[in-house]
Amino acid sequence: MVTNNMVEIRWHGRGGQGAKMACMLLADVAGLEGKFVQGFPEYGPERMGAPITAYNRISEQRCTIHSNIYYPDYVVVVDETLLDSVDVTGGLKEGGAIIINTPGSPQEMRIRLPGWTGKVCTIDARRISEDILGSNFPNIPMLGAVVQVSGVLDTERFLADIEESFKSKFVSKPQLIEGNMATLKKSLAEVQVG
Amino acid sequence: MIYAKDINEHTPWQDLTPGGEIYEPGTARLFNTGSWRTNTPIFHEEACKHCMLCVPFCPDCAIPVKDGKRLDFDYMHCKGCGICEDVCPFPAITMVSGGAIK
Amino acid sequence: MSHRLSGNEAVAYAMKQINPDVIGAFPITPSTEIPEYFAQYVANGEVNTEYVAVESEHSSMSVCIAAQAAGARSVCATSSCGLALMYELLYVAASCRLPITLACVNRALSGPININHDYSDSMGGRDAGWIQIYAENNQEAYDNFIMAMPIGETPSIRLPVMTCMDGFVTSHAVENIELLETDVVRRFIGEYNPEHYLLKKENPLAVGPYDVSPYYMEHKVLQAEAMKAAKARILEVAAEFEKISGRCYGLFEEYRMEDAQLALVLMGSTAGTAKAAVDKLRENGVKAGLVKMRVFRPFPGEELARVLAGTRAVAVMDKSEGFSANGGPLFAETRSALYDLKERPYLIDIVYGLGGRDVKVEDIEKVFSRLANIALTGEIGPLYTHMGQRSKEEMA
Repeated sequence: MVTNNMVEIRWHGRGGQGAKMACMLLADVAGLEGKFVQGFPEYGPERMGAPITAYNRISEQRCTIHSNIYYPDYVVVVDETLLDSVDVTGGLKEGGAIIINTPGSPQEMRIRLPGWTGKVCTIDARRISEDILGSNFPNIPMLGAVVQVSGVLDTERFLADIEESFKSKFVSKPQLIEGNMATLKKSLAEVQVG
Repeated sequence: MIYAKDINEHTPWQDLTPGGEIYEPGTARLFNTGSWRTNTPIFHEEACKHCMLCVPFCPDCAIPVKDGKRLDFDYMHCKGCGICEDVCPFPAITMVSGGAIK
Repeated sequence: MSHRLSGNEAVAYAMKQINPDVIGAFPITPSTEIPEYFAQYVANGEVNTEYVAVESEHSSMSVCIAAQAAGARSVCATSSCGLALMYELLYVAASCRLPITLACVNRALSGPININHDYSDSMGGRDAGWIQIYAENNQEAYDNFIMAMPIGETPSIRLPVMTCMDGFVTSHAVENIELLETDVVRRFIGEYNPEHYLLKKENPLAVGPYDVSPYYMEHKVLQAEAMKAAKARILEVAAEFEKISGRCYGLFEEYRMEDAQLALVLMGSTAGTAKAAVDKLRENGVKAGLVKMRVFRPFPGEELARVLAGTRAVAVMDKSEGFSANGGPLFAETRSALYDLKERPYLIDIVYGLGGRDVKVEDIEKVFSRLANIALTGEIGPLYTHMGQRSKEEMA
């Protein structure tokens, strides 16, 4: 169930890719901006590579619902290979969007989403991460992409707030802050909407 | 504070301690286990060399010692097991039947 | 202070603010994060708690028992099989009247092994003599943990307190939370100064002596009376807590019950989901309401009966099976509580959500539509059913 001003996001990823962490970061930053938030993973035994799901609710009012999200406004696919095995657009609202980590274009992805007629967005999160951080951490660029596509947060304020959040999260690894901020900015700029 | 000496099997629940906890050490002293005795050790002081062998063997700490000498039995706590008679190398302890002190 | 924390973070933070003397720590999913976060606080010198890492939950509760008997404030956290392994010690803690605080992050108890939420763990310990307080969300998990010590440590109560939250649903979900200032928390819980403790030099204490039949019954009556008295104390502490937090707690929460004809009785995070269903039904003119049980031990039977007295049909929703073949544990308590009412509502039990089976707003709406039908026809149908399982009937 969705009330008028609530944005619901469903994350699909694989164990170890950081989808849960990105989901939690989004909740934290949205909360910092005065929103009511939920960020929660759907848990099974933690296994590297197994499909996982995580959820965000972001709203102007407190949300008491504690079920999973069945009718999301946005779906984030952190790993393109999930398109073959998971019904990623299941329940996705017509006016919503799916955001996929892929080097491909929205047009190329749409072919792989039979039955979905809404927005398809793409971002090459792997390349952005490898270019800037030197290895494949697709979660942070995906976070940037979903913020840009959903408009759930003001991007300027989002960047300022998440930098604060990084400072406390990476207190023992401050070298990660600059790189992650760069990946975010790049993904905000590069996400393709089709 | 509730003292062990004030508690017995007729005490109502309101006057017992929570969880049966006991607020003093050594409350076993109050407990008359001597009444359980069916045989009774007799101490023959004249035959005793005060070797003290009987003292650590007594399971009930019923052989008092003072100034390096053992005293007569603590009959309030002696259960009459007879171990002291067994370990005594001298004819200083003998068991007699019956619980009463002869 | 406005923050965003998961339920586990919130409880660990409450523990940090309390700065207990001893923690008996042994991790188990989904409560693992609590001793993990707390270990960081210890390592950082933010608390001066003695962190005792043990080899099992049997030992973690044993550590708490020994520490509390020695006059120390002790805490621990566990879940599921961990709580089961503590089972014997739960009874020891309660009957020795040691006000330990345990954060129970509810998880299904095997088997088949499962790590997700239901109440089969803490319901198994419901007769152990612990006060049990259940949380709907991270905020309540935090608040309940802070209220636990002023309740349990009261000299006339002296009972251990288990604060429960839903595994994963609450423990691993980040939500907004209002935190109290640490000095406010410290003032609220005060110092733990029991009158008697093991090594008190004036009169050392003996704890847990063998209790022969001529005494045992009396000690159990003392314990039972303390549990009865805990109800009033829980409300007193809630009133004090409201002064420092602005948040109001009772033995249970009544949600839109004023004129409710159809009502649910349930616990934990489902209450939040059910509130959304109640709101929706109210918009459509259905007089729906909800009672969220917060305190399960002591069970507020009379109070609950008063609230349900005006209703037509009530569904108790049990998130643990119980295998009584006569309904779950919350149902048994609720049904018993209603016995003395002159006019009783129709009452059914629905066992749901076992092992993390999700419950949606739509599911709750279905329960209400069943209640509406019962109120209309007077036919309750099967007294005790399950909800959310796949079945041939449903698939047909």
